[in-house]
Amino acid sequence: MKVLMALALAVNIVVVSAPLSAHHGDAIYDLTAKNVTLKGTVTEWLWANPHCVLRFDVNDNGQVAHWVAETTAPPSLINRGWTKESLKAGDQVTITVLPVKNGRTVGRLIEVIFPDGQKLPRGSGE
Amino acid sequence: MEIQFKTVNRFLIPIFVVAAATFCSLAFAQGQTQQAGSARSQRVAPNIDGWGDNRPLSPSAAPAPVHDISGIWDPGPRGVQQLGAGAMPEDGKPEHQLPYTAEGLAKLNLTEPSNGVRTVLPVDSNDPAWHCDPQGLPREDLFELRTTQIFQTPEKVLLLYEYGKVWRVVWSDGRELPKNPEPRWFGYSVGKWEDDYTFVVTSAGMDERTWIDRAGRPHSSDLRVEERFHRVDHDHLELTVVINDPKMYTKPWVALDKLKFNLEPPNFDVREMMCSPSELAEYDKLMGEPASGKDSH
Repeated sequence: MKVLMALALAVNIVVVSAPLSAHHGDAIYDLTAKNVTLKGTVTEWLWANPHCVLRFDVNDNGQVAHWVAETTAPPSLINRGWTKESLKAGDQVTITVLPVKNGRTVGRLIEVIFPDGQKLPRGSGE
Repeated sequence: MEIQFKTVNRFLIPIFVVAAATFCSLAFAQGQTQQAGSARSQRVAPNIDGWGDNRPLSPSAAPAPVHDISGIWDPGPRGVQQLGAGAMPEDGKPEHQLPYTAEGLAKLNLTEPSNGVRTVLPVDSNDPAWHCDPQGLPREDLFELRTTQIFQTPEKVLLLYEYGKVWRVVWSDGRELPKNPEPRWFGYSVGKWEDDYTFVVTSAGMDERTWIDRAGRPHSSDLRVEERFHRVDHDHLELTVVINDPKMYTKPWVALDKLKFNLEPPNFDVREMMCSPSELAEYDKLMGEPASGKDSH
């Protein structure tokens, strides 16, 4: 029964579609794996090359998990609505990531949803 | 048994209902996101860098001017070529197997790319461009080829690349390539007009440390690269790149086959994409090392 419950709960965090490949390699990802969606608090938004990086904390029943999620480079993100000011420390957001294969709290950023419902898709093409 | 079944149902049915509802809402949300992304892309002003949009080539335009490839040219996502040379990606397909010599195959096996079928973990890659060494030629054409500005003078053609803010000089004053030159990251380039609309560039003297593409295809000091810039009409340019290196390959091969560029307006503001060693080190520390299990965690 625990297995069934875990399976059922897991379905709750599944989001469809695999992301595109990355400029800096796919070996750390299982591209057939499922994305996960997490509610977290932004700690840092790094607007940098080769990839912008979002750091955020997820509180899981008192245990705080520190997550790091990469996305693409600024030139590719700008046309998808992202800016250097898109996110700031303290923002409460819902974040979808493709986790890396080794189980660490690291992944590829797929989507951010703000409390008012606005969303930021990732850039495409790399 | 009946009690157990009812117990299971009491816990699981609500969970599955919530799961199904969540799945549907997320699937709907993703659809909305795609629509929002599309709408956002459509709002992009024409005079800023449009890279990243999967824009179709614009309709055919006025005839091409004679002996003129100058302009701001955007290949769109077609220029990224993350699996290697666009016409011959290293994707494991037999038709993309290159004609390696024994020496070429041996040198290929020394390269460890972080993309393609031979991929290794990013922190294990020996890609020279990973730590911001210059991509060199022909790799500047074959990885992260983005908006490219071309200027012409009576003596030369200048190419300004977005990725790395790299510029090249192609001499068009009739000079020959130097004999036995000192190697350069980008070699030496000369060009001539093959016809009114086709400018053909030949390059030699490229530094052997560079890779031909993202997939780690090797070259020797004997490498010759031919780039054919063909202006199809006023608004469109095609680039074909041919690799000729008898030490590494038994015959020349086409690395890019008529890659298409759109002409952008003169006020088009090309964005910046640099390889920054300090930003890369931060990226490795935050992403590459933990994702590869190579940090102190």
